[in-house]
Amino acid sequence: MTVRVRINGEEKELDVDPEMPLLWAVRDVLGLTGTKYGCGQALCGSCTVHLDGQPVRACVTPVRRAEGHSVTTIEGLSPDGNHPLQKAWVELGVPQCGFCQAGQIMCAAALLAKKPRPSDKEIDQSLAGNLCRCGTYTRIRSAVKKAAGMSEE
Amino acid sequence: MTKLLTLISRRSFLEGLNLSVGGLALGVFSGGLAAAASGSSTAKGAPGLNPNVFVHVAPDGAVTIVCARSEMGQGVRSSLPVLVADEMGADMARVTVAQADGDKVYGDQNTDGSSSVRGVYDDIRRMGATARVMLVAAAARRWKVKPEACEARDHAVFLRDGKRSLGFGELVVDASRLPIPKVKDVKLRPKSELRMAGRPMPLLDGPAYVTGTAVFGADIRLPGMLIAVVARPPVVGGKVVRFDATRALAVPGVKKVLELPAPKPPYTFQFWGGVAVLAENTWAAMRGREALDITWEDGPNASYDSTTYREQLTASIREPGMVARNVGDIDAALASAARVVQAEYHVPHQSHIPMEPPVALARVENGTCEVWAPTQHPQAARSVAAATAELPEEKVQVHVTFLGGGFGRKSKADFIAEVVWLAKEAGVPVRVQWTREDDVRHDYYHSVSAQQLTAGLDASGKVIAWRHRTAFPPIASTFGQATRPSPSDLQQGVLDLALSVPNVRAETCEAPPHVRIGWLRSVYNIFHAFSVNAFVDELAHLRGSDSRDMLLEVLGPPRKASLQELGITALRNYGASVEDHPVDAGRLRGVIERVTAMSGWDARKANGRALGLAAHRSFLSYVAVVASVVKDDQGRIRVDEAWVSVDAGTILNPERVRSQMEGSIIFGMSIALHGAVTMKGGVTEQSNFRDLKLVRIGEAPRKIHVDIVPSELPSGGIGEPGVPPVAPAIINAIFALTGTRIRELPVSRTLAV
Repeated sequence: MTVRVRINGEEKELDVDPEMPLLWAVRDVLGLTGTKYGCGQALCGSCTVHLDGQPVRACVTPVRRAEGHSVTTIEGLSPDGNHPLQKAWVELGVPQCGFCQAGQIMCAAALLAKKPRPSDKEIDQSLAGNLCRCGTYTRIRSAVKKAAGMSEE
Repeated sequence: MTKLLTLISRRSFLEGLNLSVGGLALGVFSGGLAAAASGSSTAKGAPGLNPNVFVHVAPDGAVTIVCARSEMGQGVRSSLPVLVADEMGADMARVTVAQADGDKVYGDQNTDGSSSVRGVYDDIRRMGATARVMLVAAAARRWKVKPEACEARDHAVFLRDGKRSLGFGELVVDASRLPIPKVKDVKLRPKSELRMAGRPMPLLDGPAYVTGTAVFGADIRLPGMLIAVVARPPVVGGKVVRFDATRALAVPGVKKVLELPAPKPPYTFQFWGGVAVLAENTWAAMRGREALDITWEDGPNASYDSTTYREQLTASIREPGMVARNVGDIDAALASAARVVQAEYHVPHQSHIPMEPPVALARVENGTCEVWAPTQHPQAARSVAAATAELPEEKVQVHVTFLGGGFGRKSKADFIAEVVWLAKEAGVPVRVQWTREDDVRHDYYHSVSAQQLTAGLDASGKVIAWRHRTAFPPIASTFGQATRPSPSDLQQGVLDLALSVPNVRAETCEAPPHVRIGWLRSVYNIFHAFSVNAFVDELAHLRGSDSRDMLLEVLGPPRKASLQELGITALRNYGASVEDHPVDAGRLRGVIERVTAMSGWDARKANGRALGLAAHRSFLSYVAVVASVVKDDQGRIRVDEAWVSVDAGTILNPERVRSQMEGSIIFGMSIALHGAVTMKGGVTEQSNFRDLKLVRIGEAPRKIHVDIVPSELPSGGIGEPGVPPVAPAIINAIFALTGTRIRELPVSRTLAV
């Protein structure tokens, strides 16, 4: 059966089991590998994508829930990697291994879309579901603030 | 001559590099993936200057520098190749960094032991210097001047009078016709001429990471590839008795079910055995595995129980062990002491849990084997792949992807062996994908440990006796027979601890293994730094002393402690000589003094917060940490600020040193506050982030301050040494704040965190 989804602005017809998690549809079927598998149970946030602008954990979201909706992955966040968060992330040297960072950025992008000047507490709450084993959290906070045009402290 | 150079024969650049450029250009370079899929070499036959396997200059001046170490978050690709470029005088804007395949021509590639800079700093510079010397010689000939009249910088050679210059590209053809000087005869630049080394360097792969284009282990697809998910025996040494794959094969997309042979001890880098489900996509493979019906035989480790084992280790450290360090007469000193203090410390198994679980891709066909994997140890991966595919090593290529974290887990090639076996058996390319549950349950765990520390104090309160007993199943048990630590295992924080105490003994006690033990970031230093620093803090409290003063007193005056003073006959010293890297009490004191000064130690308990201190030498570096601890409005312990001072000798990239220290604080906090893997019936009780907690952003300190000690001494390690002092600094702060003494990690077993 086919599922119609708008991915990063392009209409796609996916010939998949509608119960397949969006994560595997995106990675294995569409070949968009920027979205990562880290836990499969919505515990780590590595697979975060936007569904109609809202952050969702793609690993527990059946692809049927995206039917007729718009999905944005890290590849579609900006045309050429120039989203303010992506720029701030590079300028502040946030990533270490980099694996969780797409999920962190997608979550932070959803936050900034809703709250252009978030408080520290709002940043922590929005990113509470995104693990980073390398421990880049203090730089993540600074980069979100920098992207928001706030003081990095 | 160090081992890097002795292993590098003069060999054509392309011979060494074709696998790299053709295999996988990492990061922002375009075309890498297409090349990866075809296995073709884009560089084959390209002319240019290639004095060694690390450096190539093309006729258009484009420079390629090979990074032979794996990138797992430490920033090695942003550091080592820059040093080569700096030595050459190359402009990083015109340098491409290529990732080396697993090949002994590059010297040791094992990205482990915090060794990527400390092991090779001058050797790797010589690779760039050789190219520079040849480019300069070509220019000097052209201008009919002596080479001394020329200098290489900004991707060109300049006549020192400033009147003439020739770009690297213009010199390549001439330079490539010159004899290649012997590497050992090549003179390095004076350090003052290096423009990038020692200064903050940009994160080379930053743009790739933030756009999702960095290629990790699961991100490569080959035509006809199947994805494998494996049901592995729940207990180490267990076997499949029978299985029924009918339901699994009925899952749409599932193509094959294969039983893997069971390994035999010692387990080394063998795969676990079990039953693999191979499918067209990852989800089908996972569902297929769920549908398998398997009966397991657990074997002798089914009795492994963490609660019982804790008692066993406690009993072990209460008996004398094998002496590994001895000074004076400990028994007499303890018998005559005015006061004897004793404490026991426990740290459970820890797991690595890199955010990217183990994953690898293999193709075995036409008498060749090709692997793409996030491996810390590409040469071991190659050997294991060759043995598994039953092919000579020269028929095996191992391409190294980005690693989504490593921490020691991805040094082990078990998942490489697994995927090669599956690809060979299936006759199609296979990617094996470990789930998070697989990763947690089938790790090479950090060793569980128990330690007893005993001190004798004289009537004035001076420490006159120090006895340290330690019991933990050693890593050697994964590779052979071993039921207690060897004396050399105690180099990590027991033997290399300078003590101003006249009677000292260290003993290793019995601790038989029941799981695969592996090395986790900073290894045995984790629990040794914990017990030593906690114990000194306890002594300070009992004596009514300041714990910084107590620590400095126990370490004694600044000095390089000889083996004789330490009471040992040899020190493994992380592979370095004690002449180059002595046990330097002065350097440890130095970081203690700096970190306490910057953290405001003198006001260490005020306004509802308390500071704790710990310091440790590991991987030839000296690190001290102060942690500030508070209770939040729900009474939970929080680390709200942390300070780190690191003396790692000569620093290559201070920006990545800072990020490693920041990361070490968080990594150490996870160990201190939450980290525990426990076993029941031989089975790991945890499975995913629900029951295996890691520090999240809300727990991260508001601020982590990093101080790097300026030094021209030989480089020490960076990736690991920041971790050991973190847990003891936190528990010492908790004691100062609450009066609760934590002797067993994680803290969550005792207090709300």
